[in-house]
Amino acid sequence: MRSEEKKHKMKNLQTIVLSNQEISPGYFRMRILAPGYKGTAHPGQFVMFRVRRSLPPLLRRPFGIFQIGSLPADCEGMPEKEFIELIYKVVGSGTEVMRELHHGDRIELLGPLGRGFEIDDVAGDKILVGGGIGLVPLYMLADSLADRSRTRLLIGGRSREDIITVTEFERLGVTSHVTTEDGSLGEEGLITRILERKLDKYPKAKVYSCGPMPMLRAVEAICSARKVALQVSLEALMACGVGACLGCVVKGREHSEQNPDYLCTCRQGPVFHSHELDWDRLEKSAEQGKSS
Amino acid sequence: MKPNLATLPKPRLAVEFAGLKLKNPLMPASGTFGYGQEFAPYLDLNQLGAIVTKGLSLNPKAGNPTPRIAETVSGMLNAIGLQNVGVDAFIREKMPFLEQFDSPVIVNFFGNTQEEYGEVAARLNDVPGVAALEMNISCPNVKHGGIVFGTDPKAAFDVITMVRKRLSKPLIVKLTPNVTDIRITAKAAEDAGADAISLINTLTGMSVDVRTRKPRIANVIGGLSGPGIRPVAVRMTHQVVQTVKIPVIGIGGIMRAEDALEFLIVGARAVQVGTANFVDPNALQTILTDLESFCVEQGVEDINDLIGTLEL
Repeated sequence: MRSEEKKHKMKNLQTIVLSNQEISPGYFRMRILAPGYKGTAHPGQFVMFRVRRSLPPLLRRPFGIFQIGSLPADCEGMPEKEFIELIYKVVGSGTEVMRELHHGDRIELLGPLGRGFEIDDVAGDKILVGGGIGLVPLYMLADSLADRSRTRLLIGGRSREDIITVTEFERLGVTSHVTTEDGSLGEEGLITRILERKLDKYPKAKVYSCGPMPMLRAVEAICSARKVALQVSLEALMACGVGACLGCVVKGREHSEQNPDYLCTCRQGPVFHSHELDWDRLEKSAEQGKSS
Repeated sequence: MKPNLATLPKPRLAVEFAGLKLKNPLMPASGTFGYGQEFAPYLDLNQLGAIVTKGLSLNPKAGNPTPRIAETVSGMLNAIGLQNVGVDAFIREKMPFLEQFDSPVIVNFFGNTQEEYGEVAARLNDVPGVAALEMNISCPNVKHGGIVFGTDPKAAFDVITMVRKRLSKPLIVKLTPNVTDIRITAKAAEDAGADAISLINTLTGMSVDVRTRKPRIANVIGGLSGPGIRPVAVRMTHQVVQTVKIPVIGIGGIMRAEDALEFLIVGARAVQVGTANFVDPNALQTILTDLESFCVEQGVEDINDLIGTLEL
């Protein structure tokens, strides 16, 4: 029985798009019919998305789950319609195809995949740090916390257009702080400055972060200097999402040429405790890895 | 009226070669299926003709720096660099899982030197549950070993001869397409005592990010796989089948049953499915179902009746 349940959890779902809207220039929010995700997917997990049977793109693309919800059934006696939402930025050939999808278009979803955030004290002080599109996996995390009045969302972006869905976090009861590099929204500057300020005030808070590698690196430096627990969600290029292609590996803390300690972002991540990773060597590889 | 496929007799899909009995001609290509376990949640490993593992070396191997993969038109480049747990850890930690299944386990391996090739083969020779070995003399992504042996027919002959001496299990030799004439290496493998040949490994390729002006994978050059390389693979399979007497396993860009059939019709006794496993972890299962339907529709009672039936 248990193994059957497990199988069900991991299946490749042939399904349809419910909606796909541009919520800010270049940022899209896609709602997908996804029975079976509710109650099984954890905050921080992801899906591999495939535009059904179309070529190109050949490979699926990984996306963090923004939220899971349900709509009332179409008619009486039918089950309610469970959905997941993805938020993506159009950056390459894969997302270029995705932006053209409409209600009713058929797609495939593999998931939920990977290891999500680990939450040991749902009621304690929490600081969520997101950079641009990196705030996506933080929403489900915030939603799962018991006392959201003690949760702060720090969100940074280049410009006001990169700051998305903040009001939805606020509706959960989360206090938000925004920075933009050009000062077009919130405070001008980098989000890490606010993080330091918040950690001065809440030195025992736990930090959860997702965003571009230079930001994660700065967040890690701040947290390790203050001995604050940090979990990060990493982005990586991957072909399969199930631990077979070994394209998405990152170096673990104990890694050496003789004793390889490569971690698969898809299986052992995408969420890691910061102490599991070799930060000295993380930045370089991620800098090279930017594309579609 | 269309015949009801469900009531028609099931076609026979079993194939036999090099002392191996396969339930059907489908197996994963090495390096695209992990050690099998990764795919167990998605498909029944007992349905596969064989299970083919990731390539193993004498010692664990770290692999290349990232980025290791890049998508190309109808394909992907990879330079993983043969990251693996090493032969001893494989036998200890991975084999017990694989032994549960009745599909034959084919273990892929490689070495940096002739001696290493021989040593890995010898260690696997005594492992119960290992049905056959697939010898990789064709990986484009490592400095030593791999392709060095695969592109020089004399070196290929010597290293295969050395492995043959230390191995009583069936030996499949996997060839690289990155040569002027693949028939020459195929012949060298046959002469050195290979029981079967599998082909092709990836074609070497390169892709550049025009904004950063950097190669899209850290190793600069990688191996191209996926549907884009299939015509090259079918051509080479055809040429090798015409050249050697030992059985041939076709590999290269198989995404659907029709693709697998191309290889069988030119004379491959079985096929390996690679990149498709990344796109859909259930790909082998889907191809198997469709292969069966194809046989029913075409009135083929035994898949062996299709093998090598190319009309020229």
